[in-house]
Amino acid sequence: MGWQVIRGWALAVYLFMFLPVAVVVLLSFNASQFGSFPMTGLSFRWFVELAHNDAILRAFRTSIVLGLLTAVVSTTLGVLASLALVRYWVPGRNLISTLLIAPILVPEVVLAVALLLFLNALSINKSFLLLLMGHVIFTLPFVILVVQARLVGIRRDYEEASLSLGASPIQTFLQVTLPLLAPAVFAGMLFAFTISFDDITGTLFWKPGGVETVPTQIFAMLRNSISPEINALGTVMIFLTVGLPLVGLAIARRLAMQRGS
Amino acid sequence: MSAVTLTNIVKRFGSVTAVHRMSMEIANGGFTTLLGPSGCGKTTTLRMIAGLIDPSEGDITIKGRRVNDIPIHKRNLGLVFQNYALFPHKTVAENVAFGLKYRNVSKADAQEKVRRALDLVQLPQVGERYPKALSGGQQQRIALARAIVIEPDVLLLDEPLSALDANLREDMRIELKRIQHRIGVTTVFVTHDQSEALAMSDKLVVMSNGVVEQIGEPEEVYTTPASEFVARFLGTSNILDARCTDLDTSSVVLDVPGIGRIEVPRARAPHISGKGAAKLVLRAEKLTVAPADAPGDDAIALPGTVEAVDYQGQAARYFLRLGEIPLQAINMIDQSPFAEGQAVSLRLRPRDCAALPSTE
Repeated sequence: MGWQVIRGWALAVYLFMFLPVAVVVLLSFNASQFGSFPMTGLSFRWFVELAHNDAILRAFRTSIVLGLLTAVVSTTLGVLASLALVRYWVPGRNLISTLLIAPILVPEVVLAVALLLFLNALSINKSFLLLLMGHVIFTLPFVILVVQARLVGIRRDYEEASLSLGASPIQTFLQVTLPLLAPAVFAGMLFAFTISFDDITGTLFWKPGGVETVPTQIFAMLRNSISPEINALGTVMIFLTVGLPLVGLAIARRLAMQRGS
Repeated sequence: MSAVTLTNIVKRFGSVTAVHRMSMEIANGGFTTLLGPSGCGKTTTLRMIAGLIDPSEGDITIKGRRVNDIPIHKRNLGLVFQNYALFPHKTVAENVAFGLKYRNVSKADAQEKVRRALDLVQLPQVGERYPKALSGGQQQRIALARAIVIEPDVLLLDEPLSALDANLREDMRIELKRIQHRIGVTTVFVTHDQSEALAMSDKLVVMSNGVVEQIGEPEEVYTTPASEFVARFLGTSNILDARCTDLDTSSVVLDVPGIGRIEVPRARAPHISGKGAAKLVLRAEKLTVAPADAPGDDAIALPGTVEAVDYQGQAARYFLRLGEIPLQAINMIDQSPFAEGQAVSLRLRPRDCAALPSTE
């Protein structure tokens, strides 16, 4: 009896959480020109229209470029920072570590305003580079957490063995440390990409005029009307941000299994 | 020429001195063991030779070349770790070939060298496998192959057998010694296991608290310990307070309370320099327990009692009492061991004893 209640409750919670998402996906295939029930027929019309909407395509391109750049920059910095913090004795190591993780703990709005005010004080104008920097700041903690956790688990004697066999420190990093770290590096990149791709709060503050990412574009469209196109766009976003990490994790797990670590 | 020399090496970690004024020479082609309890500085010493840590003071030379400022990857050393440290993302053959990539060896030569190294460690057929598919003992052989294929100037082994289970450890001990003989590489072996050290080494360096206690051949170190620490660390010893009453070039005369006068050969008491307080060292296996009524022989016979017996199968360890003095004896069992509380005769020969100067 008790278990039945708990099961039912869990089901209700899942419904509460995922039903709105399901509704968006369902309505994106609605033939009606109003983005709401009742459904009048099944159609890919809104996806086609999406593909012909220049503003949305531009936003997509911006989001993808921004996401990729964020992933690359954030992962590079994150791997280097993790190496320094885990493998070397750095003065003030704990403080640096806390500072690097801090952006997760600070509310995003506060962080967004702070960076904006800071750059205003320096009289630097908003730009794509600034937007990228902002995204790097709050994706970096995720990369560092993932990479550090893996790095702690890689015993130093692998690196010492490589050095003793004649590989220089850089060759050792490329031949031994990085391949062993690969699953974490990959996961970090995925995190950074999806977080950047999804972000709206920071992006609204930092984006220069005329630049829109997918989330800010949806936000702008919602102000005018609830077009069924938004449902279609939402569906695409859901599949991207849910599917990408799943595929990524599967690949990472495969890599890790192959290498026997 | 010595393969490795350490001169006045000091290593401090903060306020802790891990190695204190250590000097030694490691002979070319020999098998030298650094032996001591954990924390005695043996691994620190090995890592300084390897170049994984820098000495605070002193010089290290390898093949006559001062290496203090030469980083590890330019020292041409073979290093084998306790946990094997095979690269999990490379096959066995890639692991073994790893060091050759940095040594201007042609691909064909490298393949040949890898094949020969795998033959040497008797695992010729595992080249295509990944390390995780091998047992612990096999992994350790591959680690050894990887270290020797580069023809290192010195082979450094950091407790390579301690992760293996007991039977395998003894097999690997013989195997390691065979391979070392075969290729004649100068080897420095670190262990806390005295039986490994005694069985494998040409030369034993016993360390304690960052200080070298004794350097010598295994038999010499075992029979003529240079300090009370060495006597206690290797095997089981009875160490008794004594007084040196006379000495000349052939013998040292000790007066041992409760036992009497014992004339120890001079060769077994090289560190006694004059009359006064001293210690008598008697190995537990050199103290024979006999029935109380056994006929006398050439040994000194003393009446004692058995307090406790530790039965070990072919041998037994007896905790004995001679008047007020507690003693230990390890004897082979003839038929059945002596019983607890039994009155026995304790036999010892002066020529089996060693003497040390008293440190108090």
